[in-house]
Amino acid sequence: MANTDIIIHDQKDNVGVVVIEKIKPNQDCSCWVMENDSSVNIKSISEILLGHKIAMIDFKEGDTIIKYGHDIGKVVKSIKKGEHVHVHNVKTKKW
Amino acid sequence: MFMFTMLKQKSGSMEIPKSFLGYKRENGRVGTRNHVVILPVDDISNACAEAVANNIKGTFAIPHAYGRLQFGADLELFFDTMIGTGKNPNVAACVVIGIEPKWTKRIVDAIATTGKPVEGFSIEGAGDIKTIMKASQKAQEFSQWASEKQREECPLSDLWISVKCGESDTTSGMAANPAVGNLMDKLEPLGVHLCFGETSELTGAEKVCASRGATEEASKKFMKTWSDYNDFILKEATNDLSESQPTAGNIAGGLTTIEEKAFGNFQKIGSRKFIDVLTPAEEPKKGPGLYFMDTSSAAGECLTLQAAAGFNIHLFPTGQGNIIGNAIEPVVKLTGNPSTAINMKEHIDLDVSKILKREMNMDQAGDELIKTTIRAASGRLTCAEVLGHKEFIMTKLFRSA
Repeated sequence: MANTDIIIHDQKDNVGVVVIEKIKPNQDCSCWVMENDSSVNIKSISEILLGHKIAMIDFKEGDTIIKYGHDIGKVVKSIKKGEHVHVHNVKTKKW
Repeated sequence: MFMFTMLKQKSGSMEIPKSFLGYKRENGRVGTRNHVVILPVDDISNACAEAVANNIKGTFAIPHAYGRLQFGADLELFFDTMIGTGKNPNVAACVVIGIEPKWTKRIVDAIATTGKPVEGFSIEGAGDIKTIMKASQKAQEFSQWASEKQREECPLSDLWISVKCGESDTTSGMAANPAVGNLMDKLEPLGVHLCFGETSELTGAEKVCASRGATEEASKKFMKTWSDYNDFILKEATNDLSESQPTAGNIAGGLTTIEEKAFGNFQKIGSRKFIDVLTPAEEPKKGPGLYFMDTSSAAGECLTLQAAAGFNIHLFPTGQGNIIGNAIEPVVKLTGNPSTAINMKEHIDLDVSKILKREMNMDQAGDELIKTTIRAASGRLTCAEVLGHKEFIMTKLFRSA
């Protein structure tokens, strides 16, 4: 089994979570999709630490982030595939 | 034999033990601990209760900050919390000390309905020193009486398991929380009582959570409870809550929004459905199964309410490393975060971070958690217990009169 760098919960998710200490910019990462036990690859742009999210697609402002197959917030600043997804570019739709 | 064990661990799905060792109480409930508690009714009786606990070994006091001039629903919740704590089967016997006799007696009489030894003392007119002497004599009697109680084999259905997660990060939703869910899926059919809470932390996942009500009534009750709490938050909020939910610890761990936190949180109930919605500290009355309790998402408050409802062991998944314990309910902590498992080793009862490396599957993690839970329920001290964590935090609904 190849080492897993990133875990994606659900097939529908458009972000994954880094599960190694950190990924470096321009790293070829292998992702495991938990729901259907499949694998995909992605090249990172940002340095991303353990537990933080990576964009699996390009996002523009107003797009919805999907994780666990559900809406977890809106994009407030465009994000490129492979970039770090966090509080600097995503906000809650609640509160 | 060794190979056989290895194989069993690899496949997961072990045979679940049928029993644990617990203390049978007078009312039929079973304790996982044998505490003799000195319970102060109010803030000003803490000193007296702590003096008694200092005099008499084998007892401890549960100091807290309230119990004066509360009224209405806030006062009722105060009584439910105090009485429920005394009634919890992890408490063998209880000495209650208050400033005046009336509220002291109300608590003593309610605890006495369990049949356990309980006696109350009030300080007004006697002073601390005489009260400490009289209460110490009774505490000595209780401590020696309780010390002769023995653990007996009890069915797993005597476990009342509460759950709550804290300092969550994205590993919580991937590993530790679904491991708790796996345990729930395996233990609920055996007749265990289960309880989750954290009303505000289900925000974003509230509709999905409501759909997990076992009946339409339970679903509706959940939506009303969540809406009321959410309305309260929106009314009191002075900003977008981004300083509170997610917490700074959550954000450091990679959680971005309350919705993301909520869906991770929700993994704790596995594929179970909840049979009823409890008010804070309310004892479940619909028999075995999963209950949702309306609680704050602050760990100390949530656990205190769950313990007051009668839950006798707690499972606490953490990401970044919340260190919470509870005065009377042992807290079993697990983490899926490999850094936390190493750097905060003394707080972690079970490390499930191998899930992230795909060296452990959820079925195996659930089995390991069942084993850890049964050991703790049978007497193995949890990390929080040996580190002296005895948090007891009252939920205050509004300011006192």
